[in-house]
Amino acid sequence: MLEIKNLHVKLEEEDKRILKGVDLSIEPGSVHAIMGPNGSGKSTLSYVLSGRDGYEVTEGAATLDGHDLLELEPEERAALGLFLAFQYPVEIPGVGNMTFLRTAVNSQRKARGEEELSAADFLKLIRAKAKALKIDADMLKRPVNVGFSGGEKKRNEILQMAMLEPKMCVLDETDSGLDVDAMKLVAEGVNALRSQGRSFLVITHYQRLLDHIKPDVVHIMADGRIVKSGGPELALEVEHNGYADILAEAV
Amino acid sequence: MALTQPKLDATEARLAGLTLPESRALASNRAEALTRLRAMGLPGRRDEYWKYTRPDTLVAPEAAPAAVFDTYETPVFGEVDRVKIVFVDGVYDAEASDNLDLAGVSIERLADAEGHDIHWSKDLYGVLEARGQDPVDRPLAALNTAFATDGVLIHVTGKAAKPVSLIYLHADANSDAILHHVVRLDAGADLTLLENGPAAARFNKVLEVDVADGAAFHHVRAQGRDHERRAATHIFARLGAESVFKSFTLTANGVLTRNECVLELTGDNAVAHVAGACVGDGDFHHDDTVFITHDALNCESRQVFKKVLRNGATGVFQGKILVKAGAQKTDGYQISQSLLLDGDSQFLAKPELEIYADDVVCSHGSTSGAIDEEGLFYLRSRGIEEGPATDLLTLAFLAEAIEEIEDETLAAEILARLEAWLARRRAG
Repeated sequence: MLEIKNLHVKLEEEDKRILKGVDLSIEPGSVHAIMGPNGSGKSTLSYVLSGRDGYEVTEGAATLDGHDLLELEPEERAALGLFLAFQYPVEIPGVGNMTFLRTAVNSQRKARGEEELSAADFLKLIRAKAKALKIDADMLKRPVNVGFSGGEKKRNEILQMAMLEPKMCVLDETDSGLDVDAMKLVAEGVNALRSQGRSFLVITHYQRLLDHIKPDVVHIMADGRIVKSGGPELALEVEHNGYADILAEAV
Repeated sequence: MALTQPKLDATEARLAGLTLPESRALASNRAEALTRLRAMGLPGRRDEYWKYTRPDTLVAPEAAPAAVFDTYETPVFGEVDRVKIVFVDGVYDAEASDNLDLAGVSIERLADAEGHDIHWSKDLYGVLEARGQDPVDRPLAALNTAFATDGVLIHVTGKAAKPVSLIYLHADANSDAILHHVVRLDAGADLTLLENGPAAARFNKVLEVDVADGAAFHHVRAQGRDHERRAATHIFARLGAESVFKSFTLTANGVLTRNECVLELTGDNAVAHVAGACVGDGDFHHDDTVFITHDALNCESRQVFKKVLRNGATGVFQGKILVKAGAQKTDGYQISQSLLLDGDSQFLAKPELEIYADDVVCSHGSTSGAIDEEGLFYLRSRGIEEGPATDLLTLAFLAEAIEEIEDETLAAEILARLEAWLARRRAG
């Protein structure tokens, strides 16, 4: 599904290297987690994969089902099935959540040569998915993320994911700013989407999210590299001993 | 103060090409306007009020030609049940217009009314314009009062059964039109007035509105098409107690548009909203000049202007709230914002507050900004292409102005126009 090979990335504006040779291979249907201390490059990885400006890839490759992601515009990556759940979902005053989602769904369908959803079909679909995430009609009508609580914003991210049905979902610190109940709700939303053909890359600081979204593989990232990979037990090790031991061991 | 020689020359040069129309009922109104005009002279580049907008082409003896574009656009307000009054290059077209019978409303052509010895419009024609000349000169409006060749006089006695729609068609590339309309709303009356169309190569229009106590006037206007056209328009309105005046203007295209709106709140608890959305591309120059005078208790006024500019387009906003002594509990709000889609475009704003009462709430703000990159990336990351994503953000920027239109059908009409305009620009 997602193949990242020796990915080196620096900031476009300054001579600062952030990713220094990331290798990662995610097979269909699996859930990988990336953990790591602040500043290790986790969020940069998610931004580079989704095509945000401001980064320069100096070496390496990233492909989704064989398509070179780094050559594509953000919207083309999305149409291929890549989805980034933002750590800080953006507020867009004046654009209704419904209009936004319908435009997004239909843009992707159009890009893939599929027929656009009618207003009625779209409404039916979004109502069902919103209900499962406890998102009420009012939230759907309001401008995108404007005045949403932290939990509402993250649930709105998961709703978008559910509507767009991507193949490869990258969750960037989706647990940040959430209380336990909100985190459970979000995790349930994600778990409901787990399937044979869909993979997840869950980026997080803390192990607690991984109690709810059980990963197949856990990677530890530090200083722009993946320094250790293992099973779910690796996350528990971090939880108990912190990163210091693992990092010392890796060096 | 005596006029400077260049100003005097320019004024006389313009007047040389004009003749006072025959009039009985309004002869003195026209003559007084001409006297006013001669006293102030036509606007020149050195006038403070014309600092951001060059008046040269608006005052020149001849109108510069403006090509007439094929009308590939769906006419605006097409879905609205209304009484249509059509002007072609500033001349009333009876055949294209609807029957003017409308319950609660009497509509007459200006020339017909002037044929009478006495007409109700004598108390308003040029009268509200004259009131609006203080403290700032508006010579193009005085010129209009003196020389207007056509227009309608609308007397509203009750609740109008449907909107009155003034449609300005442009057929002759050299047309130079001067229209003057007067609307009088009796106490408790209610009218929605629509205006649309490019009108002429050069268009000078005055709309005077007298809103009596408890009356409501809604105005929605769409100025579009025919890129080379030029227009100077004025609205003068006087608001009685408990009355409502709401005006919205959409401007697209037009090499030069100056829309002045001069409102006077003379009765307690009156409400006045003026809003505008404009989208400019290339050598587009658009100027909104607003002057609202609060002269009564507990009145509310709002000015909401949004401009989207690209490829060197210029937007101007001069907005003033004047709160006279004694106009306590005034609630005044003014916002003007531009969205600059590139580095070539500019927005020039001059917000002013002048307050002589001590118990008022007045706020104003003016901003210029580019498209929000974070928002754009967010939309693109969800699969929306850059063009449509930019359009979505552009419409979101304009939303606050469009929301000023109370009627949902009319708001939808305006939104549809904007969407079409944006899509056409994108198509190239």
